[in-house]
Amino acid sequence: MNGSVISGKNIYKIFKLGEERVAALNGVSMEVKRGEFVAIVGTSGSGKSTLLNMLAGLDKPTKGEIIIAGQHIEKMSEGELVKFRRDHVGFIFQAYDLLPQLNAIENVALPLSFKGMNKSRRTKEAMHALKQVGLEKYMRHRPTEMSGGQQQRVGIARALVVRPEIIFADEPTGNLDTKTTISVLHLLQEVVHEAGNTLVMVTHDNNLASYADRRLHILDGEVVYED
Amino acid sequence: MWTEQEILMILQGLWETIVIVGVSTFFGYVLGLPLGVLLAVTDSDGIKPHPMLYKVLDVVTNILRSVPFIILLVVLIPLTRAIVGKSYGTAATIVPLVIAAAPFIGRMVESSIKEVDHGVIEAAQSMGAGTFKIIWNVLLAEARTSLLVGVTIAFGTILGYSAMAGAVGGGGLGSIAIRYGYNRWQPNILWPCVIILVLLVQLFQVLGMKISKDLDRRRS
Repeated sequence: MNGSVISGKNIYKIFKLGEERVAALNGVSMEVKRGEFVAIVGTSGSGKSTLLNMLAGLDKPTKGEIIIAGQHIEKMSEGELVKFRRDHVGFIFQAYDLLPQLNAIENVALPLSFKGMNKSRRTKEAMHALKQVGLEKYMRHRPTEMSGGQQQRVGIARALVVRPEIIFADEPTGNLDTKTTISVLHLLQEVVHEAGNTLVMVTHDNNLASYADRRLHILDGEVVYED
Repeated sequence: MWTEQEILMILQGLWETIVIVGVSTFFGYVLGLPLGVLLAVTDSDGIKPHPMLYKVLDVVTNILRSVPFIILLVVLIPLTRAIVGKSYGTAATIVPLVIAAAPFIGRMVESSIKEVDHGVIEAAQSMGAGTFKIIWNVLLAEARTSLLVGVTIAFGTILGYSAMAGAVGGGGLGSIAIRYGYNRWQPNILWPCVIILVLLVQLFQVLGMKISKDLDRRRS
């Protein structure tokens, strides 16, 4: 288990739909190593987003084990999960989900304020993260004054700023045009390979997944193959 | 046109109205803001759903909202007496105004908070923000423009209610307008009161909108 940041063993997630039981995840086992860029690829309804939610500690599996950064998250209470995510996990969202009332620095600093860091340190860390994603000229811009690609860069900086063990990205380029998509994916590669982060990206698009080091193809709640 | 005494009376009425409405709006928010936050947070699509608590708050709010203010004034006389010692005058007007304003303010706060983009709330949750952090840093912070617009609406409504309190012995311009305008038909007193009330609402409206626009940093 050396060097693996995430390891999932026999993960099941069963939802009850009335009388029927639907298995969104049907015994998934997988691993992500430190410093790896892994894509989870599948169509909508394949279970890929459910798997992401499990791996990120947003939801608990019905059965199975999930170990992230040495901790069993399937055994944690809701409060422990909140604290776990705050300390160990970064997120990048499809719709960026930046706070419209805040400028770039304040948006990036937000997760640090959840950790109780003081304002001057937060600002310093946020500025550093924004430089990392090439937005030094947009530090005081608000989301509405930025393009989609710039907003997603802010989103990436916000995930980086907490120095997480692992970053999760859910269709991070889903709202972007082709050219911007490619530049954002290059940035994600850089974040992993040069800055030494670990990244799990969920996508339905095989082309986008090709930017990752490794791909887990998921279908009907099972990992069908890896490449 | 006016005796010195009448001018003093109108000025005193204006001052009483400002005190009554100001204090009532303040205490209305002391009760209404937490009420609105609780309503928004405990609703089924809120960040901490709690069906029982929501239902209780929802029903109490609706009951208070559905009693016409002039009736509520009468019903609350014993409570008013218990709190301020008498049932007429400036201080006595404030008690029923706060009770009437709080549920109304609560509903406005609830709807302001529910306007906040759900994606942003989920983002904060996944980043590990606890409930109080989300309420403070996300919900109230993002809804602040809408909340301030709510304050100007509340001020106008409470001012309207305060005039009604004049009918049962409350203080302020409304009571003067009713006593001199309605009971004695003295237009020289009635109209200045009406005009001052209108100007007061206008002034507050303009002020509130300006502040909320300055606070809204989404557009610049």
